[in-house]
Amino acid sequence: MDFLVTLINGLSSGGTYAIIALGYTMVYGIAKMLNFAHGDIIMVGGYAMYVTLMAMGHPVIAVCAAAVFCMILGIVIEKVAYKPLRGASPLAVLITAIGVSFLLQSLAQIIFGSSPKMPLKLQISGAVTIGAMRIDYSTILTLAVTVIIMVALSVFVKYSKTGRAMVAVSEDRDAALLMGINTNRIITITFAIGSVLAAVAGYLMLCKAPSLSNTLGSMPGIKAFTAAVIGGIGSIPGAMVGGLLLGVVECISYSIPALAPFTDAVEFSILIIVLLVKPSGILGKMRREKV
Amino acid sequence: MANDNKLYDSDGREIVLKTDQLCIQFGGLKAVDHVNLEIKKGELYGLIGPNGAGKTTVFNLLTGVYKPTSGRFYLCGEDLTGKPPAEVNKKGIARTFQNIRLFNNLTVIENVMVGLSNQIPCSIFESVFRLPRHRKSEREYYERALELLKVFKLDEYKDHLASNLPYGKQRKLEIARAMATNPTLLLLDEPAAGMNPNETQELMDDITFIRKEFGMTILLIEHDMRLVSGICEKLTVLNFGTELAKGDTAEVLNDPEVIKAYIGE
Amino acid sequence: MSKKTVGLGRFQLKYHLNYIIIAVAAIVFAVMSLTGNIKHSDTVLLEKIAIAIMLATSLGMVVGFLGELSLGHAGFMCVGAYLGGKTAALLEPVLGNGILTLLIAVVVGGLAAAVFGMIIGLPALRLRGDYLAIVTLAFGEIMRSMVMNVPSTLFGGTLGLQTPRYDKKYLFIIAFAFVLIALAVIQNLLRSKHGRAITSIRDNEIAARASGINVTKYKLVVFTISSLFAGIAGVLYSYTQSRVQSANFDYNYSIEILVMVVLGGIGSINGSIIAATLVTYLNVKLQTILTGDLAVLQNLFYAIILIIIVIYNNAPALKHFREKYNFKALTARLLKKRSAKAEPAAPETDGKEEA
Repeated sequence: MDFLVTLINGLSSGGTYAIIALGYTMVYGIAKMLNFAHGDIIMVGGYAMYVTLMAMGHPVIAVCAAAVFCMILGIVIEKVAYKPLRGASPLAVLITAIGVSFLLQSLAQIIFGSSPKMPLKLQISGAVTIGAMRIDYSTILTLAVTVIIMVALSVFVKYSKTGRAMVAVSEDRDAALLMGINTNRIITITFAIGSVLAAVAGYLMLCKAPSLSNTLGSMPGIKAFTAAVIGGIGSIPGAMVGGLLLGVVECISYSIPALAPFTDAVEFSILIIVLLVKPSGILGKMRREKV
Repeated sequence: MANDNKLYDSDGREIVLKTDQLCIQFGGLKAVDHVNLEIKKGELYGLIGPNGAGKTTVFNLLTGVYKPTSGRFYLCGEDLTGKPPAEVNKKGIARTFQNIRLFNNLTVIENVMVGLSNQIPCSIFESVFRLPRHRKSEREYYERALELLKVFKLDEYKDHLASNLPYGKQRKLEIARAMATNPTLLLLDEPAAGMNPNETQELMDDITFIRKEFGMTILLIEHDMRLVSGICEKLTVLNFGTELAKGDTAEVLNDPEVIKAYIGE
Repeated sequence: MSKKTVGLGRFQLKYHLNYIIIAVAAIVFAVMSLTGNIKHSDTVLLEKIAIAIMLATSLGMVVGFLGELSLGHAGFMCVGAYLGGKTAALLEPVLGNGILTLLIAVVVGGLAAAVFGMIIGLPALRLRGDYLAIVTLAFGEIMRSMVMNVPSTLFGGTLGLQTPRYDKKYLFIIAFAFVLIALAVIQNLLRSKHGRAITSIRDNEIAARASGINVTKYKLVVFTISSLFAGIAGVLYSYTQSRVQSANFDYNYSIEILVMVVLGGIGSINGSIIAATLVTYLNVKLQTILTGDLAVLQNLFYAIILIIIVIYNNAPALKHFREKYNFKALTARLLKKRSAKAEPAAPETDGKEEA
């Protein structure tokens, strides 16, 4: 029974990772860059919720406001910082993304101070008891949201015109351009979707533990990227699988006292092992540079 | 290097490159399908065919960029199948690229010196501690690189960044760099692409010269039929990954099948 | 746009100028320190500058010449600081708190960091650059949590590891001696056939392989040497502190080192040296002005600098602008103007060129 609870908790925190990982993997697939600032969008979303809560008071409005704010922020970052570097070396793009991440963190600390904020209204407490199992409401909500997002995104990518254009751009940007796809628009949309997902992930994190600081998104961001790489970067199902796997491993590791303090190390070791065995990740395709 | 596996043809000429049923498949596509090449020492061999016929893929197989799905290839009788690119180069196959790949932020002479890297021994330890062999080897490198540049008439540009050379000279520099690795077999991937007739003529002269001067065996991919018919002795025509025809240049170019593949019916 | 070819065995002043300047500066400060003409706070600053130069040049080698990004430089420093610090603490009762203890600590800490660099680099360097960035970042964070979570008798847990402090007056001299060693190794490596091989990998990995360059070997060598010096910098750092705390080696610190490299100009060792000196100096001076939450203004400043410099130096759209207004072109123009002023009789051809 204990193991089942651990597993459910693992799937739930894995769901949050998966939602963040989707943002990384979509941007990576389409813009071929590691958006280092993605994790910090989560943090910005958290503060946006906090501010809206102070002004309006209702969590639902706060989440919607945060989603819109993050979407705009994502688009602005792409236009200002990344777009000028399209065609430049990957190293330059990566360093700029790191700069943006650092910028968001510092700005948040300047505006809100370094002491953590507690948007308690976002918290969902209570739990449901089934036999001997106790599962938090927030865990159930996370699982439900994860499933909805995964289904919705899969349907969107497979059946909508924009979604299919996204697949085309990620396969071959130049060819997509020649087929009349506005690649700039697709990249913008990708950043927008990724940022909204980041805001949602921010809410899911805060409804479990309502403590908000400027590094809220750092570690989850890194781990979600790890999850995206484990699952196969650029692959949407890969991000889901990687996220869930990482969440489950994390919870199992936490439940073993001897391993608990080294959970981070355990998770990153999985990354290294996966990369050694299958460098393209579990569901990733091997890409060859054309010679 | 002692090599007892050397291959010879019926006339007693040494076979430098032999491919045995070389195949590679990408998904369902057979990009190269049972290709058998046999290139003799000192020969200038052409690999031609319409776009997408698998010519560059053959080069990528021969230089270890891709591993063949089946089949093997031998350089002077030594099986090099499946060896990584750097290893294949050390064994004696050098190449140029269809879309020029120079070290753009190095100077012209440094590009050639990179090609010489494996020939002048000097360990990292010796370089870091500036032991005598470092100095000696650096001087030797420089002189040998300069000689090679002179052959290609690039010596006056030696201190320019490679990216600042005009297009035609960049192609020549790539050949010079490949020659610097002291190959047994030189693979040239569309050396005349993008060149004007004058530059092409100059290139033909250069190729003829290095063939004579260094006794080099050369396999080249080319679309410029004037160049192919002008300098290649033998040809293999690829179409959809398979061999369409092979033999002496004049015969192959008059083969109706070949003309059909190129011009259509 | 021509560049001279390097290293033909002749002594060339311009390749040794940076050692000479650093050595002369160190000697001047050492004399001042011995005669008591230097404030304690200034020797602390000099220690910090030496450590920063070592970190920036070693990271600069990876970023600028190998073309890979490591975000775990502070992590390797952490390994050096803890293992070197621990070695020093263990040796102190036996060998005393002298130069011998310090040297052994430097060797142990540096080699430990190098070994970690090799272990981390081996899988990551075979993959795309972005993976290396994320794996090294993860490594840095793991290192921090490891030293905090192992039994506190080993590394002091959350309180930090207590380390001996070398005589404050001379520590910066030793630190600068190590800077010179680091510079010599890095520059000698880069100005050799191996350096050309390393840059060729950065410029075009496929062509480098086709030219017979053993790419994995060179990547690993650069990464290991870089970790080695980060580790040595860590040991020296442990000597400047009475307690080594893992919180100091966080991701932000790795970014600060990266800022130095980018600010100095990617691919320029001298740039890294100047930027490291400047940033460290500013950090120390600003510490007294920007206190509390304001301290983060500095990070904000770094972030903006990082973004602007990288976009300016790399944006394809700014290529022509860059060619016109870069450091070299501007100084060349300035010199030209000055010489034109000095010789007013000969400007005829110059004038035509300008017009």
